Amino acid sequence: MLRLRHFKILFGGFILVVLVVCGVAAPLLAPFDPQEQRLEARLQAPSWIGGNATSNWLGTDNLGRDILSRIVYGSRISLLVGATTVLLAGLIGCSLGAIAGYFGKGADEIVGKITEIFLAFPFLLLAIALMAFLGQGLINIILALMMSRWVQYCRVVRGEVLSLKERDFVTAAKALGGKDFYILVRHVVPNTLASVTVVATFAMAVVIISEASLSFLGLGVPASIPTWGSMLSEGRSYMNRAPWLTIFPGLAIFITVFGINLLGDGLRDVLDPKLRRQV
Amino acid sequence: MTKLARRIIGAIPVLLGISFLVFLLLHLAPGDPVLLLLGDDATPAEVARVRHQWGLDQPLMVQYWQFISRAFLGDFGMSLKFGEPVTKLVLERLPATVELALVSLTVAILIAIPIGIYSAIHRDSLLDHAGTGAALIGVSLPNFWLGIMLIYFLGGQLNLLPVAGRIEYGIEIKPITKLYLLDSLLTGNFEAFWSVLKHLLMPAVTLGTALAGIVTRITRSSILEVMRQDYVMTARAKGLSERVVIWRHILRNALITVITILGLQLGALLSGSVITETVFSYPGIGDLLIQSISVRDYRLTQVLILFFGASYFIVNLLVDIVYTFVDPRIKL
Repeated sequence: MLRLRHFKILFGGFILVVLVVCGVAAPLLAPFDPQEQRLEARLQAPSWIGGNATSNWLGTDNLGRDILSRIVYGSRISLLVGATTVLLAGLIGCSLGAIAGYFGKGADEIVGKITEIFLAFPFLLLAIALMAFLGQGLINIILALMMSRWVQYCRVVRGEVLSLKERDFVTAAKALGGKDFYILVRHVVPNTLASVTVVATFAMAVVIISEASLSFLGLGVPASIPTWGSMLSEGRSYMNRAPWLTIFPGLAIFITVFGINLLGDGLRDVLDPKLRRQV
Repeated sequence: MTKLARRIIGAIPVLLGISFLVFLLLHLAPGDPVLLLLGDDATPAEVARVRHQWGLDQPLMVQYWQFISRAFLGDFGMSLKFGEPVTKLVLERLPATVELALVSLTVAILIAIPIGIYSAIHRDSLLDHAGTGAALIGVSLPNFWLGIMLIYFLGGQLNLLPVAGRIEYGIEIKPITKLYLLDSLLTGNFEAFWSVLKHLLMPAVTLGTALAGIVTRITRSSILEVMRQDYVMTARAKGLSERVVIWRHILRNALITVITILGLQLGALLSGSVITETVFSYPGIGDLLIQSISVRDYRLTQVLILFFGASYFIVNLLVDIVYTFVDPRIKL
């Protein structure tokens, strides 16, 4: 019988695959150019809710641009920011966590203090602060989200490494003359990958929502690039006349994040049930 | 008690670290904040004057020392755009944010804890799946979108609730605590109370939904964990009634975890308040932060971020300390 956790992984994974396909094949999938303005077809409602936009399935915005195409292209930013941030933050967080956990003492102390300072800021607020000073831009948003997100990896990996380094296989590797760095990279870190995968999945969901939030606040990528958050922000002014401008991009964010969270839940149940209390 | 003292002393370097990080942010900004503020047509003399006025012509460490020593006395300088002391601006708007956060927290607790308890006790039942599903939806909903949808449906289409502000124009409240709900109750002004409540409802739901999702999940999993403990089995074996086992042995222990998580989630509430206040034009410090960013009032932005960071850190420290009193097994 298909267990619930398998269903979660399959369904969540399916949504993630759809996102990846949309992002990678956006030029093939989008029915229109996302930047093409047709002022004669401004704010047209989709035909299936009684509007007269027949070829624009999700209607058009205030400049006559196709909403569906903009959502498809918008997935690129979500995906790019989500994946890059999760990878980079993972790399930094895992390295520092592994070093702190394995070598302990001074290293642990220093890393501990740094994490404490970063943890003193609520995650999104730190990202808002960084963006306020760094200014809009794709690289900046990845940088800001990465700097606010690495701490979670660091804490989980440090905890795992602390217990792993006491295990017999590490003692055996040491007895055979293995160098610390070799043991850490070859024997200890690979054993943390299950937990890291779970943390990364949840982080991806948080990062995607955060990117959308920052874009919504006008602190994300430049307005010329279509993103779900900025579409929502632009659509707000036309909410009463054209609610589809805000409904559909919001649904896109919600479905994506829901899918990834579902995947994370399923992966956690399968790979690492003890993380339940932490993520 | 020595451990408590050590913990408090240990907090000082972290607070200094936070202040230094926030201080550095101003210098991270690409371009010259003074030029950004004055615009391109500012004369070099004007730029030099403002730079001197801000102390930006001093060495970095001197600037930091001045910043931190004045901050210690509660003097954060003037906001350049609003032309008022930063401390005054923050204190004026703080009660609105505190009120919003408290009401959201209440909404979240009232929804989440009963669902979490029910889900755990009736594990794998239909309602458990519905509850955990709803919690996952709550966690996944972008709060700015939820806010906009509430404004559209409840405010616009159904015209049930006001869509912006803190109180109806023209209704006066005699300020005591500046928390409008409390003040209107204390002065017996029920018209104002009703108006404030109506204004708070949509922002509080917007801000509280994600938190409710998290709290439901934590409540459920911590109860399930406690249910597996030996002392629960002992309690059942002793022949205690299920009600006593659940209320006295399971919930008491499980809810300690939930209380800590609530403390930690204050951060999510603070960040969320920035977005929620923007969506609802709610006059709190989150809205002020976004305003200060958009007019490039770097000094105000810097102080607000420092304020958010420091208050979050201090509340977490207090939660930790309170926690040791609630559960003596925990050591600081």
